[in-house]
Amino acid sequence: MSGIVVLAGGLSVEREVSLRSGRRVAEELRDGGLDVTVLDADAALLDRLAADPPDLVVPLLHGAMGEDGALRDVLDCLGIRYLGSGPAACRLAYDKPAAKSIAAAAGIAVPEGIVLSQSALRELGAGRVLAAAVRRLGLPLVVKPAAGGSAFGVAVVDAAAELPAALVGAYGYGPVVLLERFVGGDGAVEVAVPVLDQGPDGPRALPVVEIRPQDGSYDYAARYTAGLTEFVVPADLPPVVLERCADAAVAAHRALGLRDWSRVDLIVDPQGVPWFLEANVAPGMTETSTFPLALQSAGLSLPAVITALAGRPGAPDGVGAAARMGR
Amino acid sequence: MAVSVQAERTDQAETERSGPAHRSRLDPWVEQYAARARGLTASQVRALFAVASRPEVVSLAGGMPYVAALPLDELADIAARVVRDRGAHALQYGSGQGDPDLREQILQVMQPAGIRAHSDDVVVTAGSQLALDLVVRIFCDPGDVVLVEAPTYVTALGVFASYQCQVVHVPMDDQGMVPGALSDAVAAVRASGRRPKLLYTIPSFHNPTGLTQGPARRAAVLELAQRHGLLVLEDDPYGLLGFDGSVPRALRADDPDGVVYLGTFSKTVAAGFRVGWATAPHGIRDKLVLAAETATLCPSNLTQLVLGEYLVTSPWYEQVKAYREVYRERRDALLDALAAYMPAGTTWTVPGGGFYSWLTLPDGLDATAMLPRAVADLVAYVPGTGFFADGQGASSLRLSYCFPPPDRIREGVRRLAGVVAAERDLLADLGAPAPLPARPTAAPSADQV
Repeated sequence: MSGIVVLAGGLSVEREVSLRSGRRVAEELRDGGLDVTVLDADAALLDRLAADPPDLVVPLLHGAMGEDGALRDVLDCLGIRYLGSGPAACRLAYDKPAAKSIAAAAGIAVPEGIVLSQSALRELGAGRVLAAAVRRLGLPLVVKPAAGGSAFGVAVVDAAAELPAALVGAYGYGPVVLLERFVGGDGAVEVAVPVLDQGPDGPRALPVVEIRPQDGSYDYAARYTAGLTEFVVPADLPPVVLERCADAAVAAHRALGLRDWSRVDLIVDPQGVPWFLEANVAPGMTETSTFPLALQSAGLSLPAVITALAGRPGAPDGVGAAARMGR
Repeated sequence: MAVSVQAERTDQAETERSGPAHRSRLDPWVEQYAARARGLTASQVRALFAVASRPEVVSLAGGMPYVAALPLDELADIAARVVRDRGAHALQYGSGQGDPDLREQILQVMQPAGIRAHSDDVVVTAGSQLALDLVVRIFCDPGDVVLVEAPTYVTALGVFASYQCQVVHVPMDDQGMVPGALSDAVAAVRASGRRPKLLYTIPSFHNPTGLTQGPARRAAVLELAQRHGLLVLEDDPYGLLGFDGSVPRALRADDPDGVVYLGTFSKTVAAGFRVGWATAPHGIRDKLVLAAETATLCPSNLTQLVLGEYLVTSPWYEQVKAYREVYRERRDALLDALAAYMPAGTTWTVPGGGFYSWLTLPDGLDATAMLPRAVADLVAYVPGTGFFADGQGASSLRLSYCFPPPDRIREGVRRLAGVVAAERDLLADLGAPAPLPARPTAAPSADQV
């Protein structure tokens, strides 16, 4: 199985998104003359990879295992080359609160947040904990699972009474939930900044993609229904702000020790300050995803980018803060 | 939070924006879609079902018939014979109303439900779903009201939405749609100046509750429909699949002029044939044929001929009996496992046939919010809100027992019980009201709706 293996699917709640990403990337790579096989991450995968090792694996698995570093750890064990970040960096990026801490240490603005495990709520008393959180973060506030993507389990809470339902929604996706100060609202702009590291000059930001959901909320439907969200590339922001977004994204990519490519999600407040929300090690590649839009705007093709990245000598994993923190 | 540069988005800044921005909504036709396409969006719940298709997951979600129970070798021979001996006909366009021989055979299939009809009353369609679509197409203008059970078949709601109908749910008890509530609903609709056009009902082994209208209830519903001038749309995919072997008498049997009957081979033979039908009063029948021709020209001759040959050469009713046994065993496995594993405060219906049981969660639990936890624990179901057009059903869910074998059903219910317990504990941690005290679940009865 020489050639490229695109890994898509998996058992996470983002399976459908991953399959869409995988199909699209495989088509583009084949159109670019590359030899591509799409495989699901199931019990047959390792045998297949071991029997006929590919030249390169492109992991497009979203959610746990795909993004939490586990799969990449295993690929490392098997000595199989893959595109994107190594396991240690993945673990950091996948854990939103950890990623925020590292981004903050690197000088990037991050919205204040409170990380709540279900056991903490139980032991300390949910009523007191949530009252304290609301006092600290104000309303509205954002409730989201500490890990995962595609806006699964994310809610903007306008009143304290809505908090329990929002928490139930978020805990459905994982045992830890992040309550976060709301940076959105009038005048704020949601952006995604793809980062590409084709060396030797290090990572650089692709054009900043502005996200304008038709009904204000970039939820699952708005993400994956063509037409429900308008994208502006580059974002309709002053050059100095665009530059700031690019700098923040590259700084986050470096600080987290990410490799090859990533996508950093930011919210730009009305004062033009980009706030770090999260970094994604397996950016969505669907027809409605921001990464392909930025590539197109930059005049880049996916086959060319992947070929170039595949040709790079493998960089050691976690060259940034991630590795230094021993995670 | 080191970045603190204040950059006002001033007018001057406006003029300094970088190169020409590319704006895209990714779909150049987005402004041109019809209003009825507005609801056709990506959905989180659908995305979760993508995981449910993996073999690791016990899916109690889909209503897939267990077609592996069919005599597949025999069907293969029939299909080969049809193509070899009658290929020129089988692979040609056919009658828009459907193959005449098959329509004769459909009369036999409807006989156990007490339906006496002429083959000319039957319109064959690509599954009864298309027949449903066509009936709504020829009857409903945007804003017309369709009365349905609460809850009702999710894809019927999709049809009503696509024709911009307003859906009014009529509450159910253990005998199905409640007549008094139906009267009230009709009166309320009329009082609001709207026009009730159709009464859509699944009287036998209802989807999603598994409940069945008894003879008196059927009579009462028919009488009300007649009194209020409502055309009854009777959807009957499961009528032959009663576990005690009896077949409920169809509404159509007692009111040929007031009922359009929708039948299908999907559950009694195989869903893959995509052959269903409508049996309708002649005026409606004529319009249905014309509408069907507009939609598909004609149903597939190939599948109709294969199906027809199967009905003639194979003891098809024996196959129906075999299906009943398969599904009864699975229903029993489901009910036993529910009784053994489900936390107190959970209730469910006891279906006498068909594919489904309707489960209601302990107080305060939300089946949609719980679904990702279930999927992570490798079990899937359909959240209750999908079966309502008005947001009801949050605390309920549909369990299908038709496809997984009994041991997988037991394992699925065991996993689901763990999920329900975890969700209940979370609610308790959040200080929500405690669930109801235990209700007996060892012997759930049909009234546990």
